[in-house]
Amino acid sequence: MSNKLLEKHLSLYSSQLKTRKLWNILVVFLLTISFLISSTIIDFNFSNIVNGVPRLGDYISQILPSLDINLIFENSETEGSIKYWYFNFKKYAFLLYETFNMAVVSTTIGFVLALILSFFSARNITPNIYGYYFVKRFLEFLRGVPEIIYAILFVWALGIGPLAGIMAISIHTTGALGKLFAEVNENVDLKSCEAIRSHGGNWLSEMRYGIIPKVLPNVISYTLLRFEINIRASTVIGFVGAGGIGQELYLVINFNYYEEVSAIILLIIITVIAIDISSSRVRQKIVGEIND
Amino acid sequence: MAHLEINSLVKKFAKTKAINGISLKIFDGEMVGIIGKSGAGKSTLMKLINRLIEPTSGSITYNDIEITALKGKNLREWRSECAMIFQQFNLIDRLDVLTNVLSGTLGINFKILKLFKFYNKSEKIEALTYLNNFELSDKALQRVDTLSGGQQQRVAIARAMMQNPKILLADEPISSLDPKNSKVVMDDIKRINNQNGITVICNLHSLNIAKQYCDRLIGLSEGKIVFDGNPSSLTNELAEQLYDLENE
Repeated sequence: MSNKLLEKHLSLYSSQLKTRKLWNILVVFLLTISFLISSTIIDFNFSNIVNGVPRLGDYISQILPSLDINLIFENSETEGSIKYWYFNFKKYAFLLYETFNMAVVSTTIGFVLALILSFFSARNITPNIYGYYFVKRFLEFLRGVPEIIYAILFVWALGIGPLAGIMAISIHTTGALGKLFAEVNENVDLKSCEAIRSHGGNWLSEMRYGIIPKVLPNVISYTLLRFEINIRASTVIGFVGAGGIGQELYLVINFNYYEEVSAIILLIIITVIAIDISSSRVRQKIVGEIND
Repeated sequence: MAHLEINSLVKKFAKTKAINGISLKIFDGEMVGIIGKSGAGKSTLMKLINRLIEPTSGSITYNDIEITALKGKNLREWRSECAMIFQQFNLIDRLDVLTNVLSGTLGINFKILKLFKFYNKSEKIEALTYLNNFELSDKALQRVDTLSGGQQQRVAIARAMMQNPKILLADEPISSLDPKNSKVVMDDIKRINNQNGITVICNLHSLNIAKQYCDRLIGLSEGKIVFDGNPSSLTNELAEQLYDLENE
């Protein structure tokens, strides 16, 4: 390559690099401006955080149990022992079990409804374009309303208890999984569908044999991920009376039973970690086996 | 004699005429090779016959029934009578060989239970018989995407046979296969034509294979028929013209 040509390329390259740098600076500048404007609107400032953090520490120190290392394994009558701290363990365990079951049932209901609706809300496979728009908007509505709002509505309609929680989470799960499943469907290769259609197969056959086997690994993966999310959601919606351990946590917070607050929170954290680990292992195993 | 008749068929994609006023008759039991270079309209013609796509104008009739006017159940019945195999096999990758073959019955005898993989015993026996004919019965429970290309195409042929078709449309059935597997697959298609009397319409890239296996060749160029006759009557000049060889 001649020197002249090389110089020309180098100058072109450096001018392109300069333009790119200017664009990057502009983007960073715009992002900073939007951050500052947003912070002003929501009254976000670091001094509030710095002043508030010690109060957070006060609350945490209040809820910590007064364990005595010498009495730690004593019976439930002895103050300072673990048994004394967890005197209500059986009740908590039952409520955690209830929370777990709420997540299982609501994830199952949400999964089935989302899978069915996802076939109508995927543009490439929907049997009817008007149905596509309707179902898509419907799913947006289902996931647009927070679970806690559904929970309040169902507690009002069905009364306090896990049924209200199950209904609330099922509806939200349908909306959330429906969108994810529809996106998976829209990315699927339609060759098998074409073959089934060419045999004279109907739309149901196309979905069953042309789509489901192909999307199954992603569908299972998203559902298990949603199950993990629903375990946490089942706890939170208990605050409005929708059953489970959340309902009990709300009570002990309101009555200032500080040590019970920490006992329940610790149990929830352990449960969530255990479920997260086992669920992700199951997910990897199932998806791996299907892909193999 | 029963026949498939195509009259002034046109298929436009935007401004391009993929099929440009084709008229022809294909009689029962014929083995017809459709030849021509890529983009000549061969695959479009296949899809039009199966009604996977709609024509812009013109008509297709089979035994005086207008195929292009069929809807709903009648259309599905036509598709099941008119089996199709594809260049990329279009099998259900994650499912086993037997289920793939059984899926050929979804059109002729649909039952909700089939969506849960419940097929009746006679259908299973028939599927296994076809697999046995294609020397694949030992692979029946194996995942279909673990088979070789040639084996997968034979599974696709077995699936097509489950439809008890009157016509077999083969869209570039050997394009993705090596010469050995191409021969096996073409032998199978020829056997189906000879023994079962099924009309075969086969898109082929290779002129030699088309001449070797087909009783009649139809040459397409830019959506029009430029040759229709016996393989022996296709001159080298015409073949070169068909594949635009003089320009290369």
